[in-house]
Amino acid sequence: MKKIELVIDGQSVSVAPGTTVLEAARMVGIYIPTLCHDPHLEPYGACRLCIVRIDGMRGLPTSCTTPVQQNMSVVTEDEEITRVRRGIVELALADHPSDCLTCVKSDECELRRVASYLGVEKKSLEHLHKRTHVADLDTSNPAFDFDRNKCVLCGICVRVCKEMVGLGAIDLCGRGYETRVSTFAGKQWSDTICQSCGECVEHCPTGALTPKRAVIPQREVKTLCPFCGVGCSIYAGVRGNRIVRVRGDRDNPVSMGGLCVKGRFGYDFVNHPDRLTTPLIRKEGVPRSAGLAQNVSVEDIFSPADWDEALSVAAAGLEEILDAEGADALAVLSSAKCTNEDNYLIQKFARAALHTNNVDHCARLCHASTVAAAIESFGDGAMSNSVSDIAEAEAIFIIGSNTTECHPIIARRLKQNIRRNGARLIVADPRRTELAGIAEKHLSHRPGTDVALLNAMMNWIVECGLHDHRFIDERCEGFTPFLENLKEYDPDRAALITGVRADDIREAAELFARAASAVIIYGMGITQHTTGVDNVKSVANLLMLTGNMGRKGTGFSPLRGQNNVQGACDMGALPTVYPGYQRIDDPEVRARFTTAWGIGLNDRNGLALTDMITAADRGTLHGMYIIGENPLMSEPHLEHTRTAITKLRFLAVQDIFPTETALLADVILPATCFAETTGTFTNTERRIQMVRRALNPPGSARPDWHIISDLSCRLGYPMSYPDSSAIMDEIARLTPIYGGISHRRLQRPDGLQWPCWDSRHPGTPRLHEHRFTRGRGKFYAVSYKPPAEIPSTDFPLMLTTGRVLEHFHTGSMSRRSRVLESLKPQGHLDMCGEDARIIGVQADEFILVSSPRGKITVKVRIDNNVPRGTVFMAFHWKESPANVLTNSAVDPVARIPEYKVSSVLVTKAAHVPPQAEKTIH
Amino acid sequence: MSDRSQLISTGESFAFDAERDAEFERLVVRYPIRESMIMPALWMAQEQAGWISAEAIEYIADRIGTFPAKVLELATFYTMYQLKPVGRYHICVCRTLSCWLRGKQDIVDYLADEIGIKPGEMTEDGKFSFEEVECLGHCGTAPVVQINGEFHEEMDLKKFKALLATLT
Repeated sequence: MKKIELVIDGQSVSVAPGTTVLEAARMVGIYIPTLCHDPHLEPYGACRLCIVRIDGMRGLPTSCTTPVQQNMSVVTEDEEITRVRRGIVELALADHPSDCLTCVKSDECELRRVASYLGVEKKSLEHLHKRTHVADLDTSNPAFDFDRNKCVLCGICVRVCKEMVGLGAIDLCGRGYETRVSTFAGKQWSDTICQSCGECVEHCPTGALTPKRAVIPQREVKTLCPFCGVGCSIYAGVRGNRIVRVRGDRDNPVSMGGLCVKGRFGYDFVNHPDRLTTPLIRKEGVPRSAGLAQNVSVEDIFSPADWDEALSVAAAGLEEILDAEGADALAVLSSAKCTNEDNYLIQKFARAALHTNNVDHCARLCHASTVAAAIESFGDGAMSNSVSDIAEAEAIFIIGSNTTECHPIIARRLKQNIRRNGARLIVADPRRTELAGIAEKHLSHRPGTDVALLNAMMNWIVECGLHDHRFIDERCEGFTPFLENLKEYDPDRAALITGVRADDIREAAELFARAASAVIIYGMGITQHTTGVDNVKSVANLLMLTGNMGRKGTGFSPLRGQNNVQGACDMGALPTVYPGYQRIDDPEVRARFTTAWGIGLNDRNGLALTDMITAADRGTLHGMYIIGENPLMSEPHLEHTRTAITKLRFLAVQDIFPTETALLADVILPATCFAETTGTFTNTERRIQMVRRALNPPGSARPDWHIISDLSCRLGYPMSYPDSSAIMDEIARLTPIYGGISHRRLQRPDGLQWPCWDSRHPGTPRLHEHRFTRGRGKFYAVSYKPPAEIPSTDFPLMLTTGRVLEHFHTGSMSRRSRVLESLKPQGHLDMCGEDARIIGVQADEFILVSSPRGKITVKVRIDNNVPRGTVFMAFHWKESPANVLTNSAVDPVARIPEYKVSSVLVTKAAHVPPQAEKTIH
Repeated sequence: MSDRSQLISTGESFAFDAERDAEFERLVVRYPIRESMIMPALWMAQEQAGWISAEAIEYIADRIGTFPAKVLELATFYTMYQLKPVGRYHICVCRTLSCWLRGKQDIVDYLADEIGIKPGEMTEDGKFSFEEVECLGHCGTAPVVQINGEFHEEMDLKKFKALLATLT
């Protein structure tokens, strides 16, 4: 594009068309003061400080709203400009408290910077000073405070909430002197729709919006947020050995600087007093089941030990079973919270040191069906596109993903796409989620009827001739049997199965198929079923049918849950594959790893996590080594899991907190958290990014890969790496899709997306562009099968489980964060008002929820976004663990449990559980 | 100006009646940006209920597809929108320069002393409510009083008293 030449303060400047005068000036290092400008927001022109003089233009135009023109001549400062600017700042300051010395905004205050720059006069301030009343502080939000007295009405917070977050929780209200930033209906901040992401706080130029307990950091370390699979890059502000503040990294292509409430305010878990700081060994004579008791303390069960002692116990425990029962009587659980380097070493430890392929991790519980199905359909088990494709798609179909709560930053990009480009949204979810509320079409289908719904949409697309013949002919196979199978699923029949009106199915299908580019986003709502693989194959079918693969704005977007669940799968922390999804039953592959690792390898496929629990219960699995996982909260049918784990002869746990699972261990090894280690995480869009050590580990805690190396040495398989980058070099040698990855290359701000074949390969933002990884995309004829458990007279309601925005996984981290725990301290069962009325329970009343597997007592929350006959619970709270109720029936291929459908009975609670005194650190 | 910082919730859901519902659909297509419909919609809500409740604002936001806080912004900016119930006769007295110089204060004082209502208040019987407003645009015939949308110009206390006497 032709550049535009202009002159600013005598300097020649050449910029792209569409650039504003302000941006052009800043590009060449000319400072123009502003208060309402923010590079992430649309130009606003409210503060009038950025005025300049432009030859041929009347008056003093605002540079932030004036686009550059050819041969423009701009003066950014002269006597008149300074006088006007000073006047503006004096007016802003006249009403501003003069407590700069005690204000937490301190040196970062834009108002102070502008005032000093312009040289505001004391005399005029005194002349103007008028404070009629002092407004009360709003301290209701646990994360931040709002001091209206320090607000300069720049509108940045309002625009951030609208433009970036897409929430619109606040706006400028009133007029004239009474103008103020107000929540809806002037309520306290905590009583509004605000999601406490703190984006407004980060962007506020003054001390009006400040984090609680705000401290200016001493240094900042660029690393990654550990709270979900989106992979937002952060600057962790460190002071002493604490993370005191976190801000988003604006150069990061995923988040573009955005963060959610967990990513901004959830880091105090790192310094929580519960952190494990020393190895612990179970006291002699204390049975394993002691750890199951309520309110038991770590000291009751364990005594501290040094590393040598603890590692000896771990090695001896594993060796004893190895010798007595054989390698396959042992199993290792790796962690999707750990780095790629840790995961690689953990699976290598299992395979090379313990000679077993019994290694798995929590992907079994979230996206095992995705990995299994997408490899069969496309040849790669990962998200095919990048987040940027979601931000550019013409139509977005979300099925079984509560994106705003579980992947908030991706939801933001999606909302921006709707707001800016008019993208059209379809949401299929039994619940009316936040996105369902703004969607053009919301299909509230019965839990577990996804195949019927998707097949009916495809049936109608074919009926209307809207399928992409060319794409199907040129790029796919298996179309004829697939088509034959679709005939059974006309929308009218599917309406009976799904409970969605046939016309709604038709309209949604047409909307999706008519878009020039469309993307499907899905989450656990698709995968956590006994038909998980079928569901994912149906999603793949729909994408291929409409030719929405491998192009800009299209693609297959399973959103991965944990920060490094993609990486843990890539690293082969799975029972059937080595790193890079290389099958262990392929003799050539096995030979390569045998050579590389210098040891003969077990050729039997290992046990999946869900099968490990069963094997432990049956007495065929005797020892487990569990790293950073908490099956005693996350497995379905918890009672069964508890029994099974208690039966183990040996259990070692490596973690950062004494989790429910750790309390059952023979030995606990304290590990480092994300902030104390260096390595890499791979996000949901296959982007490998650096995690950097920001803090020293607490006590004698050590990085996971350190512990594993030492333990491996003791078991007679030496491992020695100077640092984690050496591990990545080994990964690159053995994992073709990671072939070009090294810590050195990952210093770039955007990381690298696999496959990255060699050290010059730029990474792959979009898979399957010209051909599918498996050659041709394969259609599968998928038939609808009902869920394993359907409501009965004894258990008449359908329970579906999930997450909430404020908490992460089993809560071991998020529930130890002051802000997150204050926002959501207690679990609840959500049910619609009509069902509550029939059962005779009121909001906030304690109820008893029972399923064929167990019962829990929990508060009820009336939520009319939940359809009749269905209830919803999140699984984060150990006081009311939803997984006591869930069904352990699994998908036959992916071995993923059906968390999304189980039958329950809700009755009034006979007695209210004594609530433990809440202590929030 | 009356206190416009609080929104009142009626506890009952709000929706346009059939006539206004049709009117909304007729008008909304006129605007290339749907949010431009906020102001006419607020008028319609006020016509229908006499004032604008929190529920009415949420309804309008939902109907237009915008944020409730955005609708609130406009509702609180323009003094013509009533955010609490008003009397059968709603009296607006202009308080901007010309009207002030030409004696609007006599009328305001009379309302406070004799009728017993300060700006933003309503008589107990619900007959009169009163607020001071910014320029009504009739400076040439100041002071101006507006009652239920009707202008009464070149007011003085005597005329004002006579005017009130005609209102039943």
